[in-house]
Amino acid sequence: MLLDYETLKFVWWLLIGVLLVGFAVMDGMDMGVGALLPFLGKTDAERRVIINTVGPHWDGNQVWFITAGGALFAAWPAVYAASFSGFYFAMLLVLFALFLRPVGFDYRSKLDASQWRNSWDWALMTGSVVPPLVFGIAFGNLLQGVPFHYDDIMRPWYEGSFFGLFNPFALLAGVVALSMFVLHGATFLQLRTETVIAERAARAVQISGLVFIATFALAGIWLAVGIDGYRIVEAPAPGAMPMPTAKTVEVAAGAWLENYSRYPLTLLAPLLGFGAAILAMLASRAGRAGWAFFASALVQAGVIFTAGLAMFPFVMPSSSQPNHSLTLWDATSSQLTLNVMLIAAAIFVPIIIGYTFWNFRKMWRVVTVEEIEAHSHSAY
Amino acid sequence: MMDPEFVELSRWQFAITALYHFIFVPLTLGLTWILVIMESVYVMTGKQVYKDMTRFWGKLFGINFALGVTTGLTMEFEFGTNWAYYSHYVGDVFGAPLAIEGLMAFFLESTFVGMFFLGWDRLSKRQHLAVTFLTALGTNLSALWILVANGWMQNPVGAEFNIDTMRMEMTSFAEVFFNPVAQVKFIHTASAGYVAASMFVAGISAYYLLKGRDLGFARRSMAVALGFGLASIFSVIVLGDESGYEVGDVQKVKLAAIEAEWHTEEPPAAFTLFGWPNDETMETEHAIKIPWLMGIIATRSIDEEVPGIHDLIKQAEHRIRTGIIAYRAMTAIRNGTADEEDHALFDMYKKDLGYALLLKQYTDKVVDATDEQIKLAARGTVPDVTLLFWTFRIMVFSGFTMLFLFVTGFVLMAQRRLERHRWLLRAFLYGIPLPWIAIETGWFVAEYGRQPWAIGEILPTFLATSSLTKEDLMISLAGFITFYTVLAIIEFYLMFKFARLGPSSLHTGRYHFERSGAPDLANAPAAPVKD
Repeated sequence: MLLDYETLKFVWWLLIGVLLVGFAVMDGMDMGVGALLPFLGKTDAERRVIINTVGPHWDGNQVWFITAGGALFAAWPAVYAASFSGFYFAMLLVLFALFLRPVGFDYRSKLDASQWRNSWDWALMTGSVVPPLVFGIAFGNLLQGVPFHYDDIMRPWYEGSFFGLFNPFALLAGVVALSMFVLHGATFLQLRTETVIAERAARAVQISGLVFIATFALAGIWLAVGIDGYRIVEAPAPGAMPMPTAKTVEVAAGAWLENYSRYPLTLLAPLLGFGAAILAMLASRAGRAGWAFFASALVQAGVIFTAGLAMFPFVMPSSSQPNHSLTLWDATSSQLTLNVMLIAAAIFVPIIIGYTFWNFRKMWRVVTVEEIEAHSHSAY
Repeated sequence: MMDPEFVELSRWQFAITALYHFIFVPLTLGLTWILVIMESVYVMTGKQVYKDMTRFWGKLFGINFALGVTTGLTMEFEFGTNWAYYSHYVGDVFGAPLAIEGLMAFFLESTFVGMFFLGWDRLSKRQHLAVTFLTALGTNLSALWILVANGWMQNPVGAEFNIDTMRMEMTSFAEVFFNPVAQVKFIHTASAGYVAASMFVAGISAYYLLKGRDLGFARRSMAVALGFGLASIFSVIVLGDESGYEVGDVQKVKLAAIEAEWHTEEPPAAFTLFGWPNDETMETEHAIKIPWLMGIIATRSIDEEVPGIHDLIKQAEHRIRTGIIAYRAMTAIRNGTADEEDHALFDMYKKDLGYALLLKQYTDKVVDATDEQIKLAARGTVPDVTLLFWTFRIMVFSGFTMLFLFVTGFVLMAQRRLERHRWLLRAFLYGIPLPWIAIETGWFVAEYGRQPWAIGEILPTFLATSSLTKEDLMISLAGFITFYTVLAIIEFYLMFKFARLGPSSLHTGRYHFERSGAPDLANAPAAPVKD
């Protein structure tokens, strides 16, 4: 068809990256807002203001996550299978936390009892904090390699333990992910609220921005000096049929930085992460919440591509059997499936962006306590 | 070899989470269209009551929708977490419809549903109607893609085994999409959802009529539900799933099991109305049969055979034996020791490879399987006949009961005599669980009837699992049951509360509990506030 297999595989690496960025920018924003909910909203009315800033959007935004998962299944079935089953309890932890969100949003204000509402607020917070934390931890583990191998019928076997996932570097990566979502949620809240809530949100921008910059820098240094990367020694051509066990891989200190030294342009990704975070903090302080929000969206892209580019072409390295590591060349679907999916994405992603834009334009406003009180029976 | 108890637990977890998800989905499928109908009337006539109807039924829709979304997340995760080999083996084919579902349908539904609830003041009448319509469209497109994926599990067309990558790969997307099993399944399942929503609205409206409350509101809601329900129940029954049973061996086994047709009969085969199937003796005792009916339903002809279970087992045994040949050739090819004959044999018999994999639950060395193991595996290709026989009949019985309700209700309503027949109103109210009984047993017939296969004729269920332990599954299953029970209690509590309260919950001041100054529900301390 249109693209050769090798190009197609690369395009899908980019697309999965774009979907993850879409997830972070859209759903990450809601999670940031949810994480801040009990802390920035002191009264019931204030909390309803915060919830209603994302009220008409959270469900659509969550589909970025679902579609990223679906795309992973369709484009990289080997990665979907090995990671979801390997990180079994970590994934269930995310899932159970995510359960709390749809019901939290929908049910919280259905009853007028303070204990009921207060419980849902903490449930919403939990459902917003746990997923980014665990995703960050998962990325932290991917960067260190995951203990798994394939048997003779290509069945993946995970050899690690649940608690092994929570090692210091992975926890640090978890904080990076959480702080970047919180930063993004805080700039959004500053933009969509007024008076005390906006002021508290502006403070949250400064705090989460600092935490993000510190942990992102620390993780970078740690990655450079303390974590071995993976390097392909010999492998079938990138356009060959995907056979994850047919290559030779070596583990080497500093291997994760090789892409950055070989292609200095890739350094733009981490620079974007730092630069946009600083910009978000400055813009927020200057009262330019719109710019702060735009900048915090760029932070998401910077961080996700920083991790992706460091590992390129690896996606899920195996620490116990490095030759069985999954790369974007050998974890993919067939050429036909990738083509079909690419066509579907090319048609539908612009349409999705179009109606999402319409949704935001129609529902855009500064949410105020007065508005919530006037619509107390129809608002979330 | 797989621990059978671990496989059982994996299956239980999937069944529980899927059946639970499937409590909420059908209502969403149908209620969105009912909302479109109500709101269309509002936009055309400008009558406030239709707006109130859209908002009130929309409120109940919202309570249900939240759990549909929540439990749908599980389904997205579970293929990877619990069916990793399945995901690896067929992700190339199965993943695509799921991903396209996200892009084409789920985004649509989810983006607009928020505007449906919160956009009344911010959108023009027509814009809001468009939003409601797009929500319904998204919801139903979503079901279409899910059933394309599910149809492929039943009848895997448009794909081929790739020996280099050791997995199934798509050969034709059009064949996967236009899979006849998927297409009839979609119509059957979507219509079943419409029936569920119609029973739901009709049953709750009947409750208001019985109580003599908000009569104008209740009558109009009842009219919409009866009209929509009547059309839908005909669609479910006439365009029933049965036509999907003619293709693929697994579907044939399912059909034979549903009908407890042990022996192939002279065409056209008789339909067993009732009887006691016995899985031990492989006979049906005390059978009451209707001549010809089965052959006509299953083959749409009077001269084609409907194969019986004994013959299907013989066929399976044959395919296991040829599958072993393919397996031996495959091993040689992968070891690099294959000659030309091996390649030829593999190409000839690779369609039976899945049958050889059935032996892996009895022996690790498939090629050395004993005669006894082969016979055991062949017998294992038929699921429990008694269970399928009865669940199918429960489904059909529920369906025909609802057909009776909708026809009678519709006729009486047309004659303006409906409210005089209080027994019928009561039947609608207490009949609300009927569509769910039909739907859940229908799911069971379709998916249990597919056993022992995860993907029909391709991948046995026990192999499709993840590399986890029994203990892992016990913990996660306990987690799901606990979580889902709590969520169900909350959902049912809210649903009953708002259904009892009726349109008074809109706080428009026009309805029963607000008008008569009633001291109950509406002003109780835990009064609902959300719209």
